[in-house]
Amino acid sequence: MSQDILNLLKKSFPDAVVDTHNLRGDETALIRRENLLEVMRWLKDECRFEMLMDLTAVDYLGEELRFEIVYHLKSIFRRYRLRIKVRVPEEDASVDSLTSLWKGANWYERECHEFYGIKFKGHPDLRPLLLYPEFKGYPLRKDYPHNKRQPRIPLLKPETR
Amino acid sequence: MKQTYQDIHTSRMELMMGPSHPATHGTIRMDLALDGETIVEIDIDPGYLHRGFEKECEDHTWNQVIPYTDRLNYVSSIINNVAYVMAVEKLCGIDKAIPPRGLYLRTILSEMSRVADHLTCLAAVTMELGAFTAFLYFIKAREWFYELLESVTGARVTYAWTRVGGVRWDIPNGFHDRSKRAISNTRQVLKEIDWLFTKNRIFMDRNIGIGVISQEDAISYGITGPFLRSTGIYYDVRKAHPYLVYDEMEFEVPLGTNGDNYDRYLVRMKELEQSMRIIEQALAKLPGGPVSIEDPAYTRPEKEKVYTQIEALINHFKLVLEDIKPPPGEAYGYVEGANGELGFYIVSKGESKPYKCRVHPPCFPIMAALGGILPGYMLPDIIPTFGSVNMIGGEMDR
Amino acid sequence: MGLETVFGEGYITTKIEFFINWARKYSLFQYPFITACCGMEFMSTMCAHYDLARFGAEFPRFTPRQADFLVVVGTINHKLAPVLRRVYEQMCDPKWVISFGACASTGGPYDNYSVVQGIDKIIPVDVYIPGCPPRPEMVLDGMLKLQDLIQKERLLDEKKPLVIPAAL
Repeated sequence: MSQDILNLLKKSFPDAVVDTHNLRGDETALIRRENLLEVMRWLKDECRFEMLMDLTAVDYLGEELRFEIVYHLKSIFRRYRLRIKVRVPEEDASVDSLTSLWKGANWYERECHEFYGIKFKGHPDLRPLLLYPEFKGYPLRKDYPHNKRQPRIPLLKPETR
Repeated sequence: MKQTYQDIHTSRMELMMGPSHPATHGTIRMDLALDGETIVEIDIDPGYLHRGFEKECEDHTWNQVIPYTDRLNYVSSIINNVAYVMAVEKLCGIDKAIPPRGLYLRTILSEMSRVADHLTCLAAVTMELGAFTAFLYFIKAREWFYELLESVTGARVTYAWTRVGGVRWDIPNGFHDRSKRAISNTRQVLKEIDWLFTKNRIFMDRNIGIGVISQEDAISYGITGPFLRSTGIYYDVRKAHPYLVYDEMEFEVPLGTNGDNYDRYLVRMKELEQSMRIIEQALAKLPGGPVSIEDPAYTRPEKEKVYTQIEALINHFKLVLEDIKPPPGEAYGYVEGANGELGFYIVSKGESKPYKCRVHPPCFPIMAALGGILPGYMLPDIIPTFGSVNMIGGEMDR
Repeated sequence: MGLETVFGEGYITTKIEFFINWARKYSLFQYPFITACCGMEFMSTMCAHYDLARFGAEFPRFTPRQADFLVVVGTINHKLAPVLRRVYEQMCDPKWVISFGACASTGGPYDNYSVVQGIDKIIPVDVYIPGCPPRPEMVLDGMLKLQDLIQKERLLDEKKPLVIPAAL
């Protein structure tokens, strides 16, 4: 049933789609980042994917295109789910922002930016959401050590009392 | 109200509703800009309970992540456990092979957790409007469910009860009778609460027409759960993509009309009744058999075999040291949490630790939408609106 | 130090001590600084089943200026740490602190970039209640231990002021 969507996507944007798969029933398409905004607009308007469920990134340390940004789309009308992925390299980790299409993308992109360092072009207000302004670095990258803490206030030694 | 402000010079006042506030259940900071009592702008600053769930997941094995998932939505912890193991089982390809008794038990305890969550949410909402007695009644009802859950899993709040491939413990003797008693007592409590609140002048004045969200906005923000259903859109994961044994259960999905706080209260009260219906049906239909899949790659063998047979000993040893190893790939598993669709997106590279484990928290988009809903209302209107959002800090900030 | 220490060591001072400590321990006003899952057990302890009110500590005061003791419930992370310190500094003497739960006592199961490994690195703590989350009976036990601690306080002891470094 959902294979139609992937085939339709490949027919409408033949040079945008790099790869598709259907592992365990989750339809997934890997597309180029230049075509992201138009593919998403087509999916939202023509194919009626009204909801952007989730937006996250995965860090494949060591590969040439290091970050993979994953979008989960949902259509209530057709009961479809679709996953769209975009790969970006580390030196130029930026994609177009989807805030013009879905309002929910605002906070998801802020969170993705503060944890991975990916810039979203066209985002109205890209400041940290869950971390504090004094925090330096991008914690969810694979090269950020697990327990490198950055305290905001000087900490006491417990034997002071 | 607006007329009286014409003669009074009001200037913009900035106020911070800080992280430690009695009426916000959970830590969140809101920067408010007020004109008199009316909110002009609001900026929500979450992250005061950010505990690094994703970073912890990358450092623990697949089954060791389960206690961390408990602490996400800590009011209905079983649902988080179930969602996570469903995602891992989907990736491993064993989701169709879980024994039916395991599925039924997961359903029963999930619904009990959902009941506990809705009871806590309504307790908080009614307490913040001044009715402390209702809080005591709701928490009294919640205690009965905590006792039931404790008799099965051993803990009251955070259970870590499910495993990849099934569940850890079966239900003890006498569970059926105690559940029936708890459910009938809870129905009494809900009848009293209904009599106290649903036609109460003060409650209705403070909640009707407050915190209204339109259907287009709700969909654009990606909101699911009771918040979306209060606007009138029929979307429940249990009906749209049935999982566990929900396709064999008869239950309704209550809908609202206006998308205000009062509708959310009514939706939650009706969902409580529907959840209890599901528990009764599932208990009546509960089949016998094992509760976990009998595959040595996923489930530990029984203790008698471990101590007598060498294969079982080695199997146990390998499962404790290295844990399961799902095939490389990615999967997105989702359930209907108490606040909406709770999804886990996991990426595996064939090792014993997850490469990435992302939670889609249902209350995250709702809090994002709150910045758009609240301007225009008055300062005291924040309290019931925030209560009806049911923001759980552990889930929102992870 | 005030009028009550005029008599020095002796029978009258110990009797005055006894009454003052008795009054303090049976009318504690708490400031519940609730963040995470332990809040659920705190709610259960406050309510009808495991009633905390029978020990005198019934009514929470949601402002530190009016509270006697601070119950830190749940995980504290580095973003919240300055807030906790400021709340503690705003409380008036005599004040006590209970650290409720494993996360507040030592960081709990979270050992990563964002969680403070125990609130005793931020403020001094009197009673630690372990558990994840602790059962309500353990909470009541912790309250009773705090009451014993208060009963044993001596009026004539100089309390050293705590030196908290001002800037990082």
